[in-house]
Amino acid sequence: MEDNNKVTPKRGFPGQKAPVQATVRWRGREGGAMAFPEPKPRGPELPRKLLKTLDCGQRAVRAVRFNVDGNYCLTCGSDKTLKLWSPLRGTLLRTYSGHGYEVLDAAGSFDNSSLCSGGGDKAVVLWDVASGQVVRKFRGHAGKVNTVQFNEEATVILSGSIDSTIRCWDCRSRRPEPIQTLDEAKDGISSVKVSDHEVLAGSVDGRVRRYDLRMGQLFSDYVGSPITCTCFSRDGQCTLVSSLDSTLRLLDKDTGELLGEYTGHKNQEYKLDCCLSERDTHVVSCSEDGKVFFWDLVEGALALALPVGPSVVQSLAYHPTEPCLLTAMGGSIQCWREETYKAEDGTG
Amino acid sequence: MAALDGDSDEDLVSYGTGLELLEEGERPKKPIPLQDQTVRDEKGRYKRFHGAFSGGFSAGYFNTVGSKEGWTPSSFVSSRQNRADKSVFGPEDFMDEEDLSEFGIAPKAIVTTDDFASKTKDRIREKARQLAAATAPIPGATLLDDLITPAKLSVGFELLRKMGWKEGQGIGPRVKRRPRRQKSDPGVKIYGCALPPGGSEGSEDEDDDYLPENVTFAPKDVTPVDFTPKDNVHGLAYKGLDPHQALFGTSREHVSLFSGGPEGANNLLGDVGVNKGRKLGISGQAFGVGALEEEDDDIYATETLSKYDTILKDEEPGDGLYGWTAPRQYKNQKESEKELRYVGKILDGFSLASKPLSSKKIYPPPELPRDYRPVHYFRPVVAANSENSHLLQVLSESAGKPTHDPGTHSRHQLNASKRGELLGESPIQGAPTSVLEFLSEKDKERLREMKQATDLKAAQLKARSLAQNASSSRPQPSSPDVGHCSWHMALSGGTAPVRASNFKPFAKDPEKQKRYEEFLVNVKQGQKDALECCLDPSMTEWERRRERDEFSQAALLYVSSHSTLSSRFTHAKMEDDSEQVEVPRDQENDVSDKQSAVKMKLFGKLTRDTFEWHPDKLLCKRFNVPDPYPSSTLVGLPRVKRDKYSVFNFLTVPETASSPATQASSEKVPQHRGPDKSRKPSRWDTSKQEKKEDSISEFLSLARSKVGPPKQESSPLVNKEEEHTTESVSNKVNKGVDSQTEGEGSRPSMDLFKAIFASSSDEKSSSSEDEQGDSEDDQEGTREADFRGSQEADVVETSSVAQASEPAPQEPSPFFPIQKIQIDEREEFGPRLPPVFCPNARQKLEAPLKEKHKKNKEKHKTKKEHRRKKEKKKKHRKHKHKGKQKNKKSEKSSSSESTNSSDSQSDEEGAADLSPQELLRRLKRLPLRRQ
Repeated sequence: MEDNNKVTPKRGFPGQKAPVQATVRWRGREGGAMAFPEPKPRGPELPRKLLKTLDCGQRAVRAVRFNVDGNYCLTCGSDKTLKLWSPLRGTLLRTYSGHGYEVLDAAGSFDNSSLCSGGGDKAVVLWDVASGQVVRKFRGHAGKVNTVQFNEEATVILSGSIDSTIRCWDCRSRRPEPIQTLDEAKDGISSVKVSDHEVLAGSVDGRVRRYDLRMGQLFSDYVGSPITCTCFSRDGQCTLVSSLDSTLRLLDKDTGELLGEYTGHKNQEYKLDCCLSERDTHVVSCSEDGKVFFWDLVEGALALALPVGPSVVQSLAYHPTEPCLLTAMGGSIQCWREETYKAEDGTG
Repeated sequence: MAALDGDSDEDLVSYGTGLELLEEGERPKKPIPLQDQTVRDEKGRYKRFHGAFSGGFSAGYFNTVGSKEGWTPSSFVSSRQNRADKSVFGPEDFMDEEDLSEFGIAPKAIVTTDDFASKTKDRIREKARQLAAATAPIPGATLLDDLITPAKLSVGFELLRKMGWKEGQGIGPRVKRRPRRQKSDPGVKIYGCALPPGGSEGSEDEDDDYLPENVTFAPKDVTPVDFTPKDNVHGLAYKGLDPHQALFGTSREHVSLFSGGPEGANNLLGDVGVNKGRKLGISGQAFGVGALEEEDDDIYATETLSKYDTILKDEEPGDGLYGWTAPRQYKNQKESEKELRYVGKILDGFSLASKPLSSKKIYPPPELPRDYRPVHYFRPVVAANSENSHLLQVLSESAGKPTHDPGTHSRHQLNASKRGELLGESPIQGAPTSVLEFLSEKDKERLREMKQATDLKAAQLKARSLAQNASSSRPQPSSPDVGHCSWHMALSGGTAPVRASNFKPFAKDPEKQKRYEEFLVNVKQGQKDALECCLDPSMTEWERRRERDEFSQAALLYVSSHSTLSSRFTHAKMEDDSEQVEVPRDQENDVSDKQSAVKMKLFGKLTRDTFEWHPDKLLCKRFNVPDPYPSSTLVGLPRVKRDKYSVFNFLTVPETASSPATQASSEKVPQHRGPDKSRKPSRWDTSKQEKKEDSISEFLSLARSKVGPPKQESSPLVNKEEEHTTESVSNKVNKGVDSQTEGEGSRPSMDLFKAIFASSSDEKSSSSEDEQGDSEDDQEGTREADFRGSQEADVVETSSVAQASEPAPQEPSPFFPIQKIQIDEREEFGPRLPPVFCPNARQKLEAPLKEKHKKNKEKHKTKKEHRRKKEKKKKHRKHKHKGKQKNKKSEKSSSSESTNSSDSQSDEEGAADLSPQELLRRLKRLPLRRQ
């Protein structure tokens, strides 16, 4: 979700002045290694410091997601609302209500102009960020929509549902049916990720399926245990798969070979998120014992078990470029930064 | 007209009005400018081309009624004496005078109506004729023509024309004839009188040079002898100038009654019309040869003697078309036809036909398209063998007809084949002699069986003492030793293996099919180790087991359907396309080897399946990716058609469903995963299995009833290892079965309740939240005492228990793909969502309700909440039961929660009606139980 940092934002979110400074710096660091030589190569820092705790006021927070540039975040509440925050400032920017049931996942488009969300009402909703209005509501899933994703250009919304299908909804045309329904999974879809030409889907049937649109092929990797979350590595070479056997696996995208295995956390019954850190150095996962686990990607050693709270860490989101982590526990979200982080450093 | 003036040297055809010749010294006239080129009517009014009533010109005054002054109403006429008599307006009152004129829509002039007008001439020609008649040198000719023209065509004329006859043609079969000779003498110009008929065409050699090709022509017209009296003073056979020819020169097919003469005489003007491009001059019999003509030898028709019959003889029978001048070849053809004769035996009572049968035209059947696949096929026709004759006999006996000795046929009892025999023809191969031969082998067998049965019954009636014998001899599956497996038993009984050989479930894999057939044969022979001896020795143990299962499934399934159903149903005559269903061509391979691969951490090739997958074109477009399969219209995985209800669509998938042994092993897999890998994850495993079996045909999965889902029932905090070791496998199995079977019916009804009551809550909170809170709160009340310890433990416990006690994920009912639609919101198929718990929410007023319920002692409840809770307690019996049982066993380990939940489920099941799905499911399960 938060890996989509290739396109710089065109529009800011309403009610917030554009973080020009920060944007420029990020852009320089990631895109232009030649143009802007790295001023000081920072070592991989882990977000250990609790910066803020936001009580979202929307009952349980089902998911927390960064927007494309990491300045804002979305929280999906079980009170049918979707909220847009500036996590560092702790301000609520907008509330999007229109779902008929709890919101389970959300995603922002590359240009920050629209959001999509899916929830227990089986609907996928396309929102206009600025007005807060429902632009479109895609109905067709037969069950809860577990996960939603925009494609790179925000022309298609991919939604995975417990009805074991992924549906590709067209944002451009007005047609109510999905463009295509990927119904190869034998059980509910728990996670969908999209790259420029691939769709990565984890299913409860224990398989990770990668649909390669460019090659026209479907790669199905058997993991065995129900998949809770999948994601691409930022270099696009690997896929990270977390499953209910309390294991994260790093698989080679092309061959399906196991590159690494990360254990130690507890994930046996809940749909918990996992991700990679901003520079693919660490593997991050929620845990049911109230911690967030960080593993070194290469060595596979546990780097940090960040205690968040007493309950289950339901969801997490990693900043696309900064060592900044958002976690969701219960009805609140926490924002974590690295130790050296100064509050005045980044407004965004 | 250019054609008329002077001698016509140049071969030009001029259209339109020629320009006036300029005279010397005269200024050329100014052309009329376009705007002045107007059309005016007879009153000087402008006529604008318009397209309206009269000939396309505007009517009235600028398309209005009346004049420039406007429409003038009919003047008012009324007086005391002359009361206004209702003047009835006809259409004419609203018409302009142009419409009433000759060319209007309602001409007032007297014209010949269509009934009386000659249909042979079209209007334009008529007009031309009239015009020409006026200007003709001899005025009387066309007038006379008109007078004699029949007012109406006779019926025969019409009929003929409808049969394809054209004017100018004769009547009769088409004949061979030399094409009309093109006598082109460009230099010859004929003026004056035309050649006499036949002069140009009917030359001496007309009869003898026929063209050999199959070109046929309509016979020439024969004009009847003209008996019109000559009432003019012209010479004999004189015809005046035909204005038609002279002026327009278009039609040489023009027929006039006066264009008399024998054959070829319709060409009145001889050669004139032939030279089409020529400027036509005046020609006719009235004129002699012009002074400038050099050729004058043709001025009179040359009659040849060959035109006349020299011998008196009979006319050709049938057609008198040729009259005296019928060509010789025509006669010869007739002669030759008669010489074809039938040479052969003639049955007595028959005689050779004098007239040949008119051969029926045979239309060849339409050519089949190349890719035509006949859907309907006949079974191979059984040659008349002993069986058939037996059947025939049976039938004929039942019909009461004595069979005849073939020697004593009377003529009328011969059938076609016997007649053919008599006539010395060879019998037609393969043609069935009776309907019975169309019956399939099996049907015949059935017939025979039926007959035997009736015979037996008759015998029973006759002699009771024979009854025992009869019953023992009744066809009945021989009972094999019971020690065999059930499939063995089923196979060895009945006639199934015979038919089963036609049934190729493994046709895709010929070797496997071969093994399967071998297996069937062995089974038929009663070998116990039928399978082992036919299996491929090079196969692994696993493959063997698998194949054994497949074979036995296949055999069993086939037999059961065959033996029970075939007695009641007949084969469909048409193959039903809906019997087929599209399934993905490539199935994801079975799981067990992958599981072992995963266990060994051998990810990669072993765990990966690669399929051809076709993205939608639009999806590619939206992703800015070129379509990988630009030529294919397929979307998704390639699909193939298979039998809809065939087990073999799914045989490769349900590995766990094959046998208890495999089940056990596969069950062990997650358990040996290490300490972290507790029994809990099998909750998902089971749901996964369930799911698989859902999408697979459920009844196939034998092991489904054996796969215990007990692993799912324990709460995460229970000591799983202990439970795992203590609980015997059989126990598990039983429990699993119980909870499965009992829990099935409860789901829909519970959903119904939920849907009704949960959604009726008017709070802003979501209903799922409420329910969750409710269930939690129920348990919380009972458990409070126990879990008063540390808050953390309390929280975790509550949440997990609450989740675990949710019935939905624990008894995933077997769903068919269709039933996926009915997934309720509360059912969780995937990993569950974490529990809602906000520590600091307790202090808040808006805290989740469940928190309040949890601590209902210290919190005062709002009235609303109270009411709702009561409502739920009343209506959801489930909760009550749960509560009670929780009370009872609050000390017990939560390992018994499985029974608890299943109990509550069964309670509900009793209360709720069985849904049709449930009934269906149970029905489908029936054959399973047998095993």
